[in-house]
Amino acid sequence: MNSNTIFSINGPVVTVRNTKDFSMLEMVYVGHKRLIGEVILINDQYTTIQVYEVTTGLRPGEPVWPTGSPMSVVLGPGIVSNIFDGIERPLRDIRQATGAFIGEGIHISVLDETRLFDVTLTVKPGDYLEGGQIYATCPETSAILHKCMLSPTLSGEIIEVMPNGPYHVNDTVARLKSADGTVIDLTLCQRWPIRNPRPIHKRLPIRRPLITGQRVIDTMFPLAKGGTAGIPGGFGTGKTMTQHQLAKWCDADLIVYIGCGERGNEMTQVLEEFSELVDPRSGKPLTDRTVLIANTSNMPVAAREASIYTGITLAEYYRDMGYHVAIMADSTSRWAEALREISGRLEEMPAEEGFPAYLSSRLSEFYERAGYVIPLSGGEGSVTIIGAVSPQGSDFSEPVTQNTKRFVRCFWTLDKSLAYQRHYPAINWMTSYSEYLEDFEDYYTENISPDFLRCRQRIANILTEEASLMEIVKLIGADVLPDDQKLVIEVAKVIRLGFLQQNAYHADDTYVPMEKQMKMMELILFLYDKSKEYVLSGRPISDLAATGIFDQVIRVKYEIPNDRPEMFADYRAAIDRAISNLQD
Amino acid sequence: MSLQFIGLKEINGPLVVLDHVPQASYEEMVEIVLENGTTRMGRIVEILGEKVVIQVFEGTKGISLQNTRTRLTGKPMELPLSREILGRVFNGAGRPLDGLGEIYPEKYADINGKPINPVSRIYPRNYIRTGISSIDAMTTLIRGQKLPIFSESGLSHNKLAVQIVRQAQIAEEQGQEFAVVFAAMGVQNDVADYFRSKFEESGALQRVVMFLNLSNDPIVERILTPRCALTAAEYLAFEQNMHILVILTDMTSYAEALREFSSSKGEIPGRKGFPGYLYSDLASLYERAGVIENATGSVTQIPILTMPNGDITHPIPDLTAYITEGQIVLDRTLDQMGIYPPVSVLPSLSRLMKDGIGEGYTRADHAAVSNQLFACCARVSDARALASVIGEEELSAVDKKYMEFGKAFERYFLTQGKDEDRSIEYTLDLGWDLLCILPREELSRIDTELLDRFYDPKRAERFKK
Repeated sequence: MNSNTIFSINGPVVTVRNTKDFSMLEMVYVGHKRLIGEVILINDQYTTIQVYEVTTGLRPGEPVWPTGSPMSVVLGPGIVSNIFDGIERPLRDIRQATGAFIGEGIHISVLDETRLFDVTLTVKPGDYLEGGQIYATCPETSAILHKCMLSPTLSGEIIEVMPNGPYHVNDTVARLKSADGTVIDLTLCQRWPIRNPRPIHKRLPIRRPLITGQRVIDTMFPLAKGGTAGIPGGFGTGKTMTQHQLAKWCDADLIVYIGCGERGNEMTQVLEEFSELVDPRSGKPLTDRTVLIANTSNMPVAAREASIYTGITLAEYYRDMGYHVAIMADSTSRWAEALREISGRLEEMPAEEGFPAYLSSRLSEFYERAGYVIPLSGGEGSVTIIGAVSPQGSDFSEPVTQNTKRFVRCFWTLDKSLAYQRHYPAINWMTSYSEYLEDFEDYYTENISPDFLRCRQRIANILTEEASLMEIVKLIGADVLPDDQKLVIEVAKVIRLGFLQQNAYHADDTYVPMEKQMKMMELILFLYDKSKEYVLSGRPISDLAATGIFDQVIRVKYEIPNDRPEMFADYRAAIDRAISNLQD
Repeated sequence: MSLQFIGLKEINGPLVVLDHVPQASYEEMVEIVLENGTTRMGRIVEILGEKVVIQVFEGTKGISLQNTRTRLTGKPMELPLSREILGRVFNGAGRPLDGLGEIYPEKYADINGKPINPVSRIYPRNYIRTGISSIDAMTTLIRGQKLPIFSESGLSHNKLAVQIVRQAQIAEEQGQEFAVVFAAMGVQNDVADYFRSKFEESGALQRVVMFLNLSNDPIVERILTPRCALTAAEYLAFEQNMHILVILTDMTSYAEALREFSSSKGEIPGRKGFPGYLYSDLASLYERAGVIENATGSVTQIPILTMPNGDITHPIPDLTAYITEGQIVLDRTLDQMGIYPPVSVLPSLSRLMKDGIGEGYTRADHAAVSNQLFACCARVSDARALASVIGEEELSAVDKKYMEFGKAFERYFLTQGKDEDRSIEYTLDLGWDLLCILPREELSRIDTELLDRFYDPKRAERFKK
């Protein structure tokens, strides 16, 4: 007989009185509808539970059932190209159950139990398996080969193996005898608690960039595979747009996209767009390498808090198979607000701006789950975290932005004035930074050009010089500057419009390979050097500008297709021609 | 469940506390009958064992610890719905105000609604022509979008809203039913009258459902008003397959009511005293817009909010803009220059326009024109800042051109009559005419092909007069 009943209800928080049956962070079922909840506070009088669904209609006295296990997700084939809510319930199946609007107390299996996977067993009886080692593989989508791994908490000897062939997710494909003699049936799936990082063999130093095809990121402020990045920006500055671009084009094997407390239409857009787009590297549809977690802003707030952990646990699971996974969290501020909301209901003592005092430790725990590692199954894998931050009132000194800044190594600040000019991506080149540049020195030398970092630095210098010149221009106008400084302003304009600004809707410009990025930089610097010579010889820059050569270089991003790098030579010739014509 | 509870344990602002209630359910509606026979409605907002906290919508004036009998209704607040609600006027809690009697409901719906499953949404793509150049060209409204108007007290947001409703309606295709759901929260009586008379003038009153919570009506009822309105809108859109435009005015009063209620409940305040869940609460309203599968209707929202002290970083506009799909910002300086509608284009934005414009929707050159206009307006404000320091005479030739562009843009593009209904062709051509004031090499956002087709410095001569 279950004697645990609801005592009080306040929004998503309910309490049970006088019980010792629950453990901290245990998953529970609340009320007759069996709403999913999690224990978040225990004292000798009350056990406090946060409920992941709408609590309207709940009554005191309704039963609460313990499950004995912490809040967990199911890991197995069928996750990729699916869309889940914050506690890993498949939204497409929910639609079948309750129609266009999401109901409460829905209990459906996470993974499609009727789908057959073509399983190949990779072990034989007598093999000894450590936790995390692979015992079977099956193709999950055209882009992902799923590898079934022994749960990291288990180890033992394989005593029976089924023949290769089609199996369901819950079919037994092998049996394992663990050290204490119990026999465990191994299926294609396993469970893992979302708040525990999955164990790894070893962390590796960061050394490879995550190539995104976005010039301002790859060239100016690169992100590492296994690294962390924060994108703070006020509303309308293009956080979501930047996240979408990265999800589309970055060279990770798998993308986990978490829509955390954001707009429903945005998730629909991702669903629609990604099914039409093709991964430039594999030629497969983008949905075949994408997992979506959608907890829109009007879905229950407690599930929003969980969605971040659900996402990162899924990412770690695929990392353990040896994949490079990138996770986009849009937006971590909504997650922090969910923490604040729950904390307020618990009447905890608030710290800065009402956020709980544990905000920074939660953020650091989250970002520390990124990394480039050797997983237990061998090989290499990585989890890269890209978190959007929505600062209140566009004020970057607020707690979420400031705490995020402490835990990420790459910071892309989105700028309102750039967004007003419709300069996208609106990443401000003066306030953004990446600490990874030096880690990639070897990579650039080997794969792009030994000159890469030097060119990048020169571009950065021109932009810095422009910024300080603009201070003067704002006061007295551009006409009084000497010609060499006017040139800096002209070339900086070429860099801003022709290089940093990138058109996500242009077929070629939406994704630019590193080779072309390098060539574009070289061309701009070539233009700068040549015209500097010209200006230093005492001729006016206005004549040079009148030839339209600067505009021609700005348009290079559209005029030279990504697969025709040889065309850059024509532009160099055009620059030479323009200048020598003037000198004659 | 017709158990009645006599007396109360505590009264605190709009909240009353009742003890020894064994079977209350969370967010259930209660009826409180006073000694003089009047009935007030309330909702259970917190349960602590047998103690329940009830929020009384009509306020607690005249209630004492002894003079009430409270009855639990056993269900959350529901709104009676049928097609008859068209043309009717209700109070903020959904009770008829127009003396035409109760409606005969086809169904009852929970006013809190349920979240739309993202996989059931259809991404909004059809644009709504409002006939207003600044909106159509630069912040295009899309059917199923939520696009708020950020205004200040004393600006012409009401006129603008009326003009959008009237002209959007004309532009509707044949055979598609169109209706307006209007929710007033804390607005003055004459504002509500203004809307009513304007709807009447345009012959649309039979297609309007009004929910009125005026500034002297109970504040707690204000929390229900948008929920009732959106429930009606969802019913008409998704069950009666109509295109619904929802006007919510004024969201600032709504948020302030929420703050008042939160503080009387003793909750820990967040920014500027607003409750920590303001974002979630606003989202639960704004997200009730969109287009879904298996229904041909749509819900489009135009919430209006007055920014306190014109501050766009105030929590209400700030959180709103993080949820809505863009914003139309009105500007006091433009208004004082006599420009109507005083749309400040730079901070205005429509997130959905990129997929609802261009070939097949508006015109192929729309995206390029609008991008270029934005970029040019940004340059204009730089040039003006510079001119205010060094004087207009000292500006470079290009900057002078921008100054000229800025003036013509405000005078011809922004300014239009309150009844002037411009076609999208007219608006885009006007945009081109203005861009032709500038030298061709300044138009870096437009590709060469379009420039060859449309760019002609002669087009700008009409502004010379």
